[in-house]
Amino acid sequence: MTTQAQPVETPTVRHAREGSPWRGLGAVLAKEMADQLSSARMRILEGLIVLTSIAAVYGAIRNLRTTVAQDAFLFLRLFTTAQEPLPALVGFLAFLVPLIAISLAFDSVNGELNARTMARVLSQPIYRDAFLMGKFLAGLATVALVLSAIWLLIFGLGLVALGVPPSGEEVARSLWFLLLTIFYGGVWLALGMVFSVVFRQPATAALASIAVWLFFMVFWGIIASVLAGSLMPIRSGFLEEWLAQRQLEMTLLNLSPNTLYVNATLALLNPAIRSLGLVLPFQLEGALLGNPLPLRQSLALIWPHFTGLVAGTILLFALGYVLFQRQEIRV
Amino acid sequence: MDAIIETQDLSKHYGDFVAVDRLNLQVHEGEVFGVLGPNGAGKTTTILMLLGLTEPTSGVVRVAGLDPGRQPLSVKAQVGYIPEQVGFYEHLTARENLVYTAKLNGLSRELTRERIESAMERVGLSDALDHEVRTFSRGMRQRLGLADVLVKAPRIIIMDEPTQGLDPERALEFLELIRSLREEDVTILLASHLLYQVQAVCDRVGLFYRGQMVLQGTVPDLARQVLGGAYRIQLELATPDDAVVEAIRRVPGVVSVHPLNGQGYEVEARDDIRPAVARAAIQAGAQLLRLDIRAQNLDDIYTAYFGEVRDDNASTTG
Repeated sequence: MTTQAQPVETPTVRHAREGSPWRGLGAVLAKEMADQLSSARMRILEGLIVLTSIAAVYGAIRNLRTTVAQDAFLFLRLFTTAQEPLPALVGFLAFLVPLIAISLAFDSVNGELNARTMARVLSQPIYRDAFLMGKFLAGLATVALVLSAIWLLIFGLGLVALGVPPSGEEVARSLWFLLLTIFYGGVWLALGMVFSVVFRQPATAALASIAVWLFFMVFWGIIASVLAGSLMPIRSGFLEEWLAQRQLEMTLLNLSPNTLYVNATLALLNPAIRSLGLVLPFQLEGALLGNPLPLRQSLALIWPHFTGLVAGTILLFALGYVLFQRQEIRV
Repeated sequence: MDAIIETQDLSKHYGDFVAVDRLNLQVHEGEVFGVLGPNGAGKTTTILMLLGLTEPTSGVVRVAGLDPGRQPLSVKAQVGYIPEQVGFYEHLTARENLVYTAKLNGLSRELTRERIESAMERVGLSDALDHEVRTFSRGMRQRLGLADVLVKAPRIIIMDEPTQGLDPERALEFLELIRSLREEDVTILLASHLLYQVQAVCDRVGLFYRGQMVLQGTVPDLARQVLGGAYRIQLELATPDDAVVEAIRRVPGVVSVHPLNGQGYEVEARDDIRPAVARAAIQAGAQLLRLDIRAQNLDDIYTAYFGEVRDDNASTTG
C-alpha cells in the first residue's frame, strides 16, 4: 500500500486567489514606518548622516568661498566639492546610504519570526504579499524621508552661506539626484530584505549584507580589472585591444550599484560631463568642450544607470518575495 | 450537527516524511475539540493547513464551509489563531498591539476601541491596557493572545498548546477562560499534549499519532474503545490476604485482580460492581480500609493506547 492518497482534488492547482493581495498593506506600512521612525537605531543613523552631511557641505562651502564665483551651477558644487580631508557629500552618500538601507532591512522578516509575531500577523486576513510589500515600502519611505530632510538641509545651508538662490535647473538636477539616491538605497534595502528572508538570525543577515556591500565597495574594482585583463589580454598592443579591454572592465564595473550611482550622480551634478564611457580624441572633433549639457541630455546620459538601479531594486525585491512566499512559517 | 471544520483524507508530506496522513477530522459548531498527541504527531501542521498557512499535499479542507487554500481571507477573518508561545511587539503597548490586529482586520476605529476594551476586560487585563508588552509575564501574554483573537470576534478559535509554560494555577485560570467562551457559541480547537487539561475543557477529543487520527470521541467513548469498557475498582486492605483476593476473583463480572504498588489491589471489572466486591471481601474476612472506583482518565487511555502501539511495533520489528 502506498501512502499516497487518491487525487480526489489537488489544491495545488490554484485558481485565482480571493480578494486583493494588497489588503492590509496600509496598516502594515503605517505600523512599520512608525516603528522605524521611533526606533533607537533610526536616531543613531539620522545623527550620523546629518553630521556627515553638514561636515561635507561645510567643507564644500569653505572651498567654494575661496574660488571666484563664476560658476553657473554653484549650488550643485555643494554636493560635489570636496575639502581635504573630507570627501564630497556625494562620496559620503555613496558610502552611507547602503549602510542605512541595510540596517533598516536586515531584521525585517527574521525579526518577526524570532519574536514569534509572524504567525499571529499572517493569521489575520491579509496575504503575505501585503506583509512583505508593506515592510519594503516602509523602509523605502524611511530612506526617502531621511534623504529628503538632508536635501532640504543642504539647500538651506547653501542659501545662507552662498547667498545666491539656486536656479530652476539646479533644483531639477538635484531633485533627480535625490530620486537616484533613494533608489540606490532601494537596492540595498531589497538586498537586506532578501537576506532577512534567507537567514534565520538577524546577525547573519546583517553580516551577509555588509559582506556584499564591502565586496562592491572595495573588491569589485580590483576584480573587474583583473578579469578584464585576463579575458581580453593585450597581445600586440593595438588600440582595438586596449579599447576592448577597457570596455569590458567598464561593463563589469557597471554591475556594481556603487559604480552606477557614483557615475550617474557625477553626470547629473556636473552638467559639463558629456560621456560616461570611453571618449576618443577624434570623437571630440567639433564638440564645444566645457559647455554644460541641458538637463534632458544629462538625463539621457544617466538613463541606463538610473533604470539599472530601479531594475536592481525590483529584481532583488522580487527574489525576496518569491523566497518569502515559498517559506514555511512554523512558529 | 454541522461540521464547521472538516477534512477529508488530508495529507501533508515533506519530502519522504509524512507529517499528516489521510486525516479525517470533523469539529461541530459550538464544541470544544481537543487534538491530543505526542510532539511531532502532526498537530501543528494540521492547524496550519486549516488556516491556509500551509498547502496540503492532497485532500480537502473546509473551514466554515470555505477552502482555506482558495479563500484564505474569508477563513482567516473568521478564525482566531493563538500560536504556541504567542509573540507580541515588545516595545508597543497591549493596546497598540491589538489596534494593529484590528487594523489588519479592517475594523472601524469605533469598533476597534470597543472590542479591545471588552476583550481586555474579558481576559482580566484591563489595568495593563497601556503597558508595554515587554513588562508582561508569561501568563499575561497568553491572556493577551486570547484578547488579540477576541478582537476580531471569531467563530472559531484555534489554540496550539495554550497552557505551555504556564504554572498550574495560571493554566487552570486560562482553561476557565476557554470554557467560558463556549457559552458564546465559539467553536474551539485546542491542540495539546497535556492530557489532564484537554480532558478538563474538551467535549470531544481526537488522538493523533504519526500524522493520523487514531481515535476520536468523548472521553468515556475513548475509554470504552481503548480500555475495553473496563471499570477499575481499587481497594485497600489492612493486611494483604490471598484468600480475599481469591474470593473477589470469583465475583461475577470480575476480569482480573492484581496488586497495586503500595498496598491494595486493583480489580478490573466489566461493570460497576463495587457492592458485590465489597461484600465478597468482607465475607472472606478482610479488613477493608478503602474501596473506590477510578474515574476514566484520559491518562489511562493515552498510556494504554500508546502502550499497545509500542507493543505492536515491538512485535512487528522484533
